[in-house]
Amino acid sequence: MLDTIFIITAAVILISALLTITAHNVVHALLYLVITMLGVSLVFFLLGSSFAAALQIIVYAGAIMVLFIFVTMMLHQGEKSLAQERHLFHFSTSITAFILCSILFCELAYLILLTPVETLSSLSQAQYSPAITVKQIGIQLYGPYSLLVVISALMLLSALITAIHISKSAASIKIKPEDNNL
Amino acid sequence: MIPINWILFLSLSLFSIGIFGVLARRNLLFVLISLELMLNAVVILFVAASRYHEASVANSDGQIMYLLVLTLAASEIAVGLSLVIHMYRQHHHLDIDKLNKLRD
Repeated sequence: MLDTIFIITAAVILISALLTITAHNVVHALLYLVITMLGVSLVFFLLGSSFAAALQIIVYAGAIMVLFIFVTMMLHQGEKSLAQERHLFHFSTSITAFILCSILFCELAYLILLTPVETLSSLSQAQYSPAITVKQIGIQLYGPYSLLVVISALMLLSALITAIHISKSAASIKIKPEDNNL
Repeated sequence: MIPINWILFLSLSLFSIGIFGVLARRNLLFVLISLELMLNAVVILFVAASRYHEASVANSDGQIMYLLVLTLAASEIAVGLSLVIHMYRQHHHLDIDKLNKLRD
């Protein structure tokens, strides 16, 4: 039962990821990307980590997708950007990238097939631990991993300052000629 | 329990699709979307690794790494999208092949 659900979810994830990459319209690509994120969160549920699944839906399918959609709303120009995108990406120009990626995929798949069957089956059928609760994660985060929390807070702060600075300098370039006129 | 082979195959095929997007697309917005796909592929591996751990040492290191990668993705997207807006205001398109001012 679990295996069937996993196979269906994996198929949905891979198909929607392919459609994301090959779409010409940015809005369609973003909608397919939302489907990919929801599929990944379903995989997390199947793996028994419901906290990660909830975070995946809230942060990826919620916050990051809203950022993407706002930027697309600012920049999208309908038929003009569609024509530009069709000019930029078609399959004849991306054949080298496709060959390189399929070589990489074949190598990685060969490495997985090369590992002894006993190792993989013992990993899959081991007495897996009971599902990790949010309480355990919180204790770990504020105990041995407290430096990680500080570092990620600093990273978020620096990203915030960088984003504000870049957007602001772009705005001031437009304003400069007005200042000269005044 | 799901066999670990299937999760490894899912992760590496998602990663290959993402790296194909990074190599083949020339629109900056699509490159950022492909980077998101690659980060998701890595994150699946982390969560699976925390799940398939031995019963004696129930550890949540994989999920803590998931939290770190989530923070990283959020900040990367914030900076990347502000760069997209900046590039669009200056060049009026998003073709990354046209970004060659540093060469001359």
